[in-house]
Amino acid sequence: MLFRSVENQIVSRTLPGTIEELSKWDDDSVLPSEQVYYQLAKDLKIAVENKTHTRLGSRLNYEMSGIASTFRKTGRSVKKWDIDQQINYKEKFLNIDKKWGNIEFWRLLKLYSPKVTSGYFLNAVDLIKTTEGISQRDETERIYLFLFQRTIYMSVLITLLCLLMGYPVAYLISRLPMKSANLLLIFVLLPFWTSLLVRTSAWKVLLQQEGVINDILVFVGLVGDLDRLQLINNQFGTIVAMTHILLPFMILPLYSVMKTIPESYVKAAKSLGANEWTSFRRVYFPQSIPGVGAGCILVFILSIGYYITPEIVGGTSGTFISNRIAYHISYSLNWGLGAALASILLVAVLILYYVYDKIIGIDNVKLG
Amino acid sequence: MKTNTILLALVSMVFSVTIAKADMTIVSWGGAYTKSQTLAYHEPYTAKTGIKIINDDSAAEAVAKLRAMNEAGNVTWDVVDVVGSDAIRLCDEGLALEIDHDNQLAAAPDGTPASEDFGDLIVADCFVPQIVYSTTFGFRTDVDQWGGKEPDDICDVFDLNAFPGKRSLEKRPINNMEWALLCSGVAKADVYDVLETEEGQSMAFAKLDEIKDSVIWWSAGADTPQLLADGEVVMGSTYNGRLFSLIVEQNQPVKMMWDAQVYDLDGWIIPTGLSPERQQAALDYLYFATDTQRLADQAKYISYGPARASSAPLVGKHAELGIEMGPHMPTAPDNAKNIFVYNFTWWADYRDDLDAKWNAWLAK
Amino acid sequence: MSIKNQDFVTFENVQKTYDGKELVVKNLNLNIYRGEFLTMLGPSGSGKTTCLMMLAGFENSTNGEIKLNGNLINNIPPYKRNIGMVFQNYALFPHMSVAENLAFPLEVRKIEKADRDKKITRALEMVKMEQFKNRMPAQLSGGQQQRVALARSLVFEPDLVLMDEPLGALDKQLREQMQYEIKHLHEELEITVVYVTHDQSEALTMSDRVAVFNDGVIQQLASPNELYEKPTNSFVAQFIGENNKFDGKVISIDGEIVTVEVNGNEFKALAVNSGDIGEKTTISIRPERVRIDDSLENVADAEVVELIYLGDHIRCRLSVEKNSKFIVKIPNSINNYILKRGDKKKISWNAADCRALDYEL
Repeated sequence: MLFRSVENQIVSRTLPGTIEELSKWDDDSVLPSEQVYYQLAKDLKIAVENKTHTRLGSRLNYEMSGIASTFRKTGRSVKKWDIDQQINYKEKFLNIDKKWGNIEFWRLLKLYSPKVTSGYFLNAVDLIKTTEGISQRDETERIYLFLFQRTIYMSVLITLLCLLMGYPVAYLISRLPMKSANLLLIFVLLPFWTSLLVRTSAWKVLLQQEGVINDILVFVGLVGDLDRLQLINNQFGTIVAMTHILLPFMILPLYSVMKTIPESYVKAAKSLGANEWTSFRRVYFPQSIPGVGAGCILVFILSIGYYITPEIVGGTSGTFISNRIAYHISYSLNWGLGAALASILLVAVLILYYVYDKIIGIDNVKLG
Repeated sequence: MKTNTILLALVSMVFSVTIAKADMTIVSWGGAYTKSQTLAYHEPYTAKTGIKIINDDSAAEAVAKLRAMNEAGNVTWDVVDVVGSDAIRLCDEGLALEIDHDNQLAAAPDGTPASEDFGDLIVADCFVPQIVYSTTFGFRTDVDQWGGKEPDDICDVFDLNAFPGKRSLEKRPINNMEWALLCSGVAKADVYDVLETEEGQSMAFAKLDEIKDSVIWWSAGADTPQLLADGEVVMGSTYNGRLFSLIVEQNQPVKMMWDAQVYDLDGWIIPTGLSPERQQAALDYLYFATDTQRLADQAKYISYGPARASSAPLVGKHAELGIEMGPHMPTAPDNAKNIFVYNFTWWADYRDDLDAKWNAWLAK
Repeated sequence: MSIKNQDFVTFENVQKTYDGKELVVKNLNLNIYRGEFLTMLGPSGSGKTTCLMMLAGFENSTNGEIKLNGNLINNIPPYKRNIGMVFQNYALFPHMSVAENLAFPLEVRKIEKADRDKKITRALEMVKMEQFKNRMPAQLSGGQQQRVALARSLVFEPDLVLMDEPLGALDKQLREQMQYEIKHLHEELEITVVYVTHDQSEALTMSDRVAVFNDGVIQQLASPNELYEKPTNSFVAQFIGENNKFDGKVISIDGEIVTVEVNGNEFKALAVNSGDIGEKTTISIRPERVRIDDSLENVADAEVVELIYLGDHIRCRLSVEKNSKFIVKIPNSINNYILKRGDKKKISWNAADCRALDYEL
């Protein structure tokens, strides 16, 4: 799948003769020779039989809007042709669609004829490969770098919130007698018994403007009925819902590590003269770090790739890069771009993992 | 010895029966729509042939999944319900089977061949049209701030002064861009020409900017009905059948606004790459499920217009509520006073480009 | 030792309950002298560890007062009590080196670095661990960890050191060696030590005084010698060292001496904790005070049931007056004749070695 992010064989496979002939095209200030059009007719005739011409059209349409229909339209005519060298194909093509007479199109076809391309990766970081070289995308089309940034920023925030809320809970559970601890653990695990969609939708019911929390605030008189708070379909909603959904993944590793820290360490620290805060900071916390590390890695990696929850409660400001990846894989079918985005995400995670290893040490991570 | 032979015969009989009556996986959109298909097509078909039908609700991702299945060489779907534009794409790429409409589908009761009965709705050789649906608006009837007015023009959606409150719009450029241009003074006939230009696109975004802060964006057809019912939005776009069930079946204080409704098609395709037996079974199913009576039957359960001309006169009353379904169809004359025809091919060319711009605009 | 016998720690009518119903410490009154080595000895659940934890400040007493050096400490948090403590599993901080572990109590007391290093070195020298300064606890053996834990509890020069079964995890030989070392450190540093253990030989070896706990009550508080020789009740007699006992009834009292009837036989015993005439009593005789002949005051018939050769002595189990667990230790000396299983002999002991105690079911 990762290979798709650079794969571009479709051009040379669908139009082999054309590409070969096009490589002899030196002077790109005039249209290619008749020979190129003849090869194009031959290649397209085969492509139409194999039904691959519209796919090539869709592929090239990523780089130049309007090509998809040129190929579809042309395909319908080419189907009826008998290929004969005596015919002037340049004229025939130009009669079907004047795009065949657009030099920019031919330059682009030549540019995208190699079997591998950096086009998808460039697109994934808001750059574009044109016949004049690589340049930044038009401002109205820049989105991916921004989304990567937002994804990482929000994932860090969610991880920290999970840690902040999960740490005391895990501590409490690890210190309680077995019976009450088990009961609390069941409460922690309970959400896993309901589907993710249900949990996310429950947040909708709570947070929407006509939802429970706004109703209570209006009832108490904290906000007016006409200025109900926007708590969902934005970043806030995504952060709240994801923190809730990912919290067990923080609590469980923390709990399993904390359970193994004997109470006597803190007692020893106190008997040695350290007050509550010092004994926590210097003795208890350092020993819980493996759990903190495991929990943070788990939550961060899960959240960086999350897309269902942001899709449902994120509105436009709370969606992640993974929503775009899912979109390209399932709907726009631009699998190359989807794969490029996913590869970048993967590399980003690996880099963060490496940095983490350097700072905290991966040996210091345990799940129990 | 004798009992053994009988047993053997029995076993082989059971075996051959199970092969003949293999289950069939039919992919559709889920919810009320799949329910209407189950009642109108699947159940009668199972009753007639004994073939069990398994519903799969992944129609939204049909093209992606069919491509993946085709590449993996293991197609597990037998019949797939897709929108017209997806059918064109699947047909173009050879992922859907070409259908000989006249020979492989039932003629109308009066003998009109299927191709004529469906007419222009056959947008691809692989496509068997099923329904005409529309994307249109519903609005709440109990908004105090509107002072008794009701929106009756598509441009009322963009008018926050006369009709304050949140709206829900689909999280994609299709339809929204067209409506925005119509309300920026572009003539209906020029919409796509204008949208092809940078200026036209900016114009559409500028119009959408006026209401952007008051929009909740939806991605599932069930979102708008839910948002309307909860009072989260005062008006919103969705498929007309969803609004029908909200208004008529669930009795919510919501009304339809049909102005500038956008027609679209939905129908069946059969994936390529099926074994001859499965392909034949799928064709048998389509022959049964797309005849004049069946298409009319589906309209008893959901307010989508049957795709055959010959089905229209047979559309009767709602199966449970007993109300006439005719006036609820998007094609009913009163509803179809101002319709907008969506251009598949234009969108096939400009979708990638506009999607990028659309998402960049949304994220800002 | 002039500083001894000065009350340093006092428990006054201390009670403790966890659930509000059952008292784990019933009514504790205990004075611990400055500079002494006091051991709290008892079976598990007897309340000894609870007492230690109340003294350390990890448990609150439900009732009563605990004073340290004359000051009430009930409401003082543990970290302000300046009491050193050695835990059962050492509780060395695993993420700190030996030196860092020792530095910890000095750092929280804001002691200068130079001073700190001196104290750490001195403390490590005391336990002969100076060369392990930079090791991590996990790299040390159990005995070494124990020494470090000891050094850590002493490095900040507390007046009082508490030890909660500190040697429980060590093997027998190491345990005995550590017992002497701890004892020597105590003498050298003139600190007060409160030591908790369930091992009576450890208690006898190390302590100046031993408080025997049972059922939330101190059964006897005495020096090891007195505890062994003069137990004041059946529990102590039974718990400390080996003991032979008979249940009987007091039939006459003559000053310090009572006559007790056991299955028709009459034995004379010291009246330690026996009741009036006619009341039931348990008499107790240490095995090494019994002779296998009829030369002493109290004489009984016995039959040899089991003989175990233990090198320096022979452990002989006899059946006496229906008690088949009567133990006699016969020293392995040249003139001792050899017994056989089934031999029927007379045994005898002195009334002064035989204590009439409370009757125990």
